[in-house]
Amino acid sequence: MRLRRFVAALALVALNVPSGVHAERSSAVPARPDDKTIVHVLNRAAFGPRPGDVARVREMGLSAWIESQLRPDRIPDVAVQTRLAGYTTLTLTSREIAQDYFLPMIEARREAKKSAVERSETALAAEPGEAAPPRAKRGPGMGMRSVIAELTAQKIVRAVYSERQLEEVMTDFWFNHFNVFAGKGQTRIYLTEYEREAIRPHVLSHFRELLGATAKSPAMLFYLDNARSADPSFAKLAESRLAYVEGRGMSGAGRHGMKATPEQIDQVRKNIPTGINENYARELMELHTLGVDGGYTQQDVVNVARALTGWTIAGPRRPDAGQFVFNPRMHDRGEKVVLGHRIKAGGGMEDGEHVLDILASHPSTAKFIATALVRRFVADQPPASLVARAAETFRRTGGDLREVMRTILTSPEFFAPEAYRAKVKTPFEFVVSALRATDADVQQPFPLERTLQQLGMPLYFCQPPTGYKDTADAWVNSGALIGRMNFALALAANTYRGVALGDPLPDRNQTDADTAVALFLSDDASDGTRATIHKATSAAQVVALALGSPEFQRR
Amino acid sequence: MISRRVFLRNGGLALVSLGFAPTFLARTAAASPTRKKLLIAIFQRGAVDGLNVVVPYGERDYYRRRPTIAVPRPGDGVDGALDLDGFFAFHPRLAPLVPLYKNGTLAVIHACGSPDSTRSHFDAQDYMESGTPGVKSTDDGWLNRTLKAERAADASPFRAVALAPALPRSLQGSAPALAIGQIGQFGIHDGAGGQMLGASFEAQYSAAADTVLKGTAHEAFDAVKLMKQADPTHYRPAAGASYPASAFGQALKQIAQLAKSDVGLEIAFAETGNWDHHVNEGSTQGLLATRLDDFGRSLAALVTDLGERMSDTVVVTMSEFGRAASENGNRGTDHGHGNAMLVMGAGVKGGHVYGKWPGLGQDQLYDGRDLAVTTDFRDVFAEIVTSHLGVIDAGPIFPGYTVDRRNARKFMA
Repeated sequence: MRLRRFVAALALVALNVPSGVHAERSSAVPARPDDKTIVHVLNRAAFGPRPGDVARVREMGLSAWIESQLRPDRIPDVAVQTRLAGYTTLTLTSREIAQDYFLPMIEARREAKKSAVERSETALAAEPGEAAPPRAKRGPGMGMRSVIAELTAQKIVRAVYSERQLEEVMTDFWFNHFNVFAGKGQTRIYLTEYEREAIRPHVLSHFRELLGATAKSPAMLFYLDNARSADPSFAKLAESRLAYVEGRGMSGAGRHGMKATPEQIDQVRKNIPTGINENYARELMELHTLGVDGGYTQQDVVNVARALTGWTIAGPRRPDAGQFVFNPRMHDRGEKVVLGHRIKAGGGMEDGEHVLDILASHPSTAKFIATALVRRFVADQPPASLVARAAETFRRTGGDLREVMRTILTSPEFFAPEAYRAKVKTPFEFVVSALRATDADVQQPFPLERTLQQLGMPLYFCQPPTGYKDTADAWVNSGALIGRMNFALALAANTYRGVALGDPLPDRNQTDADTAVALFLSDDASDGTRATIHKATSAAQVVALALGSPEFQRR
Repeated sequence: MISRRVFLRNGGLALVSLGFAPTFLARTAAASPTRKKLLIAIFQRGAVDGLNVVVPYGERDYYRRRPTIAVPRPGDGVDGALDLDGFFAFHPRLAPLVPLYKNGTLAVIHACGSPDSTRSHFDAQDYMESGTPGVKSTDDGWLNRTLKAERAADASPFRAVALAPALPRSLQGSAPALAIGQIGQFGIHDGAGGQMLGASFEAQYSAAADTVLKGTAHEAFDAVKLMKQADPTHYRPAAGASYPASAFGQALKQIAQLAKSDVGLEIAFAETGNWDHHVNEGSTQGLLATRLDDFGRSLAALVTDLGERMSDTVVVTMSEFGRAASENGNRGTDHGHGNAMLVMGAGVKGGHVYGKWPGLGQDQLYDGRDLAVTTDFRDVFAEIVTSHLGVIDAGPIFPGYTVDRRNARKFMA
């Protein structure tokens, strides 16, 4: 045991990891792991093994592989870049998406409605026998649908093909933790930028940075209504301005040269924030940081909301339209007490930053985040000992997520027998692991989005801010199991639209059945599973039975 | 029509001899098969305009506020509203529902809705389906909690079924519920493999040590077999019931089939969309009228097809909020507040419009623009689950809400 620790510590030193961080903490990563252990790691820190991955990791060394995944910036990822090259919306800013896709959609809808009104008026006035003009075939909104479709496609492609597997797993985890629902209004304008700028770059940095990025993201500000939260005095100010514009008879010479119709004035009036909106403040504490039992009160919710007033989205006529902006006129400048901390009166945007500092460094947050991470990476019932150590790492390092992940991925609990196949794969994890295991070529990701919807996990369309659940009971239901088997069947038969399967069972001087069990189930399958796979009469059936087996549903 | 008893005789016993007895059938073989009470929930997504569905033609303000889209009074021209009680009337396209009202099968509760003021479709649907208005972090839906409130000893895999591509929020939760898009397609799509692959999967899971997956898979395969026996592709609606070819009509037809197949259905869910008429709503003709035609014919066909099964069935319709009392500048209506709910079936004291009508005068409107809410939707749901499903305490189904029987509108016997 001591020798192993010594060797592990040496290995870490050789990788230039500051040994002071690890001297008091041993790594439980086996020096000579068996296949099952490597597959276990690939099922947790990655989306499952591809053919050849086990050998590659063994050659590199399991510890070294884990360490390399903790530094994704040092891993080249050319294959993914190539596959994503054709998706033009992925690199756009929210403003560009709004200009190129959203506003044209609104315009087209307006036109369609106008002509629908005109058409129906014409139809009503038409003589019997006169045919109504044909309806437009291609509806408005196709543009915006492709924005979300590309975002979803990108997520699937990255999960299947990225070499930065841990980064993708973490991006999935943190997006879900800071969930935003694409179905709410304009949220989908902001989502591409949200994942690209607020989530992915911060998944292994400090929690406070990630928290701040989500708090300032237009996606979150819109989804949880903080963009519309304002000190009550703002409404009076805004109304008096509107009255001024109205009173001038809409003559058009406004500050931005805007000509306002009565309908537009009415629309603006309806949208004036009338007061504080607590929605984001509550979820910020309940779901993002402290947890529901983290020790905050309703008064804290109110005061956090007050502190965050003014954190909003720049309006469409501004040069920074669609981006975060602090609007001081919406801000409540009074004194606030949040979780026992006094925030002095007279502050501006720094009130919100102060609140985020308080929340990020609160002991409940360390525990809440540690629990969520250990649940994802170890078991539905997170082992308390590991949660405690991961929380301690979080506290000690000021929320360094890379260090917390290192604590988890090198822990004895992670490598314990109880952790092996302890988790049921979510629909996303199942589909992606099946594609990786069979080395499938995803030519068209869009049918996969539909399958995920049918399996109960429409990507980016999780409605409540709680995100998708991370425990087996959420995903194990009759309809979903049947759905998974059908996916396995179609994939294995090479009839699944948009995905091409090469030869998933390389000739290995053994039966297809034995190859499949070795390759897809790390040679660890029940007699029942083995027996049915051996009875299969074709390679496609063998693959289907392996991918649809109870063992493959777990990770 | 297949009943469980027939299935037992013909299919179940044969399966027993092969050692593959569907477990829930084995359990019910011992108990006497009593037919379950059925609740069918129908969600009109998009905020249907209740004021044009159940028209308050006795209100002068209704006509003043809707100069182009108001539905004409009964008797006013050839296509006027269909009188219900001298004050309210149905939209003329709901003609198929009028006999149900008149014969006491159907009741209306008007001015229902949520205490929450949101006018966001997404939030309001969320609140109505979770049964917790104002609270976003509720994990499960009110129908799932209803399933848990009346735990069944011999729970069928078809205990709760949504005819929808994905399980709606109302049915999400720890009690098992199935979302089926087309009951005819529910099963393993073996293709060239024939029945063999389905049987192979079943064998894998039944041999698995993994109790979680094993149990669920067992129910899944039982459900698939039951579904095959029910022979959905050759279903004939009873009594000449004629369902529209629309997705909604076909969903209701499949619910009727499951209900009559005696597969243990207790809660069914269907949804219908395209009710968000901001522009050009129309009155007796037009966008809303077209949707109501589908709606009315589908519901009427369902009731006819269910036949005597209606004596154990309650159907309830809902929508996330209503629409503004006045029409807008586009001959449509904006998002509102109070709405009308329809309830039909066993124990319903139909032929009456329940609820406290708040009126459409300027000082009677909610926020100066909408029909006010005088009945919380949770009271409507609570009255149904207690009276019809026999739930003793509806409290756990609506956490954070005190279900007070005194608030009941007493539309259930």
